[in-house]
Amino acid sequence: MNAYTKIVDNGVNVEALLGAREQLTEAPQAAQFTWRATCDWVKGTHSRSEVEGFFGLGEEQQHKTSFCFDADHPEIFASEDNGVTPVEYVLVGLASCLTAGIASVAQNRNIQLHSVKATLEGNMDIQGILGIDSDVRNGFDGIKVVYDIKADATQDEIEAIVAQSQKRSAVYDIITNPSNITVEVK
Amino acid sequence: MKRVTTLIIGAGQAGLAMSRCLTQHSIDHVVLERGKVANSWRTERWDSLRLLTPNWQNRLPGYRYQGGKPNGFMTTPEFVQFIQHYAEAISAPVHDGVIVTAVDATENGYRVTTNVGQWQCRSLVIASGAFNIPNVPTVSKAIPASVETLTTHQYRNPAQLEEGGVLVVGGSATGLQLAEEIQRSGREVTLSVGEHVRMPRSYRGRDIFCWMNDTGILREHYTSFDDVNRVRKLPSPQLVGTPEHSTLDLNRLTTTGVKVVGRFCGVKPSSLSKSGLSKCEAQFSGALNNVCKMADLKMNRLLETIDTWIEDNGVTTHTDQVERFEPTAIDKSPTLSIDLASGKIKTVIWATGYRPDYSWLNVPVVNRKGLLNHDGGIVNSPGLYTIGLPFMRTRQSSFIGGVSDDANYLSDHLDGYLKTSYKPSLYAMS
Repeated sequence: MNAYTKIVDNGVNVEALLGAREQLTEAPQAAQFTWRATCDWVKGTHSRSEVEGFFGLGEEQQHKTSFCFDADHPEIFASEDNGVTPVEYVLVGLASCLTAGIASVAQNRNIQLHSVKATLEGNMDIQGILGIDSDVRNGFDGIKVVYDIKADATQDEIEAIVAQSQKRSAVYDIITNPSNITVEVK
Repeated sequence: MKRVTTLIIGAGQAGLAMSRCLTQHSIDHVVLERGKVANSWRTERWDSLRLLTPNWQNRLPGYRYQGGKPNGFMTTPEFVQFIQHYAEAISAPVHDGVIVTAVDATENGYRVTTNVGQWQCRSLVIASGAFNIPNVPTVSKAIPASVETLTTHQYRNPAQLEEGGVLVVGGSATGLQLAEEIQRSGREVTLSVGEHVRMPRSYRGRDIFCWMNDTGILREHYTSFDDVNRVRKLPSPQLVGTPEHSTLDLNRLTTTGVKVVGRFCGVKPSSLSKSGLSKCEAQFSGALNNVCKMADLKMNRLLETIDTWIEDNGVTTHTDQVERFEPTAIDKSPTLSIDLASGKIKTVIWATGYRPDYSWLNVPVVNRKGLLNHDGGIVNSPGLYTIGLPFMRTRQSSFIGGVSDDANYLSDHLDGYLKTSYKPSLYAMS
């Protein structure tokens, strides 16, 4: 490291990520991951999902602990509001994916972040899910994400980080591009 | 079997530039050409195409543009003639109509099998180009038979298309040029755009390539990039060579009525709807905003680099004011799908890039993505070289004028290889 190198720490181990990238380029089969979740119905619209294990780098992997997520509908839908709605989990997934990407890209570009706050809105016409109008889709009309970022960087550099984070985001890709989904019953 | 020291496959600008450099090194060689000189320029280009690079830039070793329009852009026939004259001027030992069907490594070099016999050579230069096979996404198979599909190798002009809507897939120079001329022919064009490279034709009073040349950007070396494989896959910049020197970008297309949508990402056939009509939806990514934003940011970075260079070098002639272009204007909610069964779209044109064809190469130097493993044109097999690939040694390696430096470097390297490697003839004599 020379005297001109800024010391930037966003808490992301970029060397490890770049190392993994290099190794997985050589061994693409180890890059095959499977992410999993289970979900149990509790009562009414309330369900509890659990995430613990996943598959990657050629073997079964475990999170440090198992994580539980309650989902429900709010009281205005005559539900008990025991958790956020599933569509809000989608916003959570998108926000956390993009934000993780911003931290990683900023670290890789040697840019110190001070604060990153995302505000998300997904607009929905619920005539779709209620079956009132078949021309209205069930899902979001669109999702709007607004980032407020304080960093040692110009506006263009910050915008470039946010753009790159979208380019590399799994959840952003899942939402913007179609995916095949199979649902079976045992 | 015929013998030669060095064999070049392909008599386009790259193969011929290499031939000229080998002649200067007094290395005996032949150039095998599947058709005639500049074959792909003769047979695989659409009618209105002009080079993206201005005439002054199209220098080849020992040869340069002599005409009266150094800032103009050659048409395809003009360029074929330019290459033809070059081949004659350098007396290139071109064998026309020779199709290479196999290349095998031998103890002393390579055996090249063709439709008219075999050659044995000590060193081999692959100059067969990077644009041999048009890429067509696998989802194309799901497109209904009522819609005609074309690649850019088959497209010539709008007159060959049915009346009706056209979906052009691809945001490179090709995709934008085709979208513009087809829209002008009265057909409604939808243009599907993924990641792309936006660039103004002129900036501060000069052609963008003048600045990229003067600033050294065109000569940026392949070793100076973190991830050269990424830059090698970049689509060609959104440029067109016209007498008017006009800029071709998504904003200009939008004003002519072209509808811009996201990357083409799938075809979803659906069963009979309630009304009894079957649908077949082409789906487009919702990431259009981001790819346009990225292209705008990258273009502005290029312009900033040029501004800084102008300032640092105190350039005062031919320089207009600093300028920034309008951000790419995208619909608030770009279309995410189009029903291909509705009859609205009559033709789909794949302008989704190309890949090289190495099906004849029986030397283990092709990676799992079908690309040659090479280090700046030096292939990982003794005496084997390539030339004319995108970003092979510098940003301009795949430009006409970019092959000169590469041919000079690689011919020096090849000469050194021949002088130091095992020479079977000496052993045979002793």
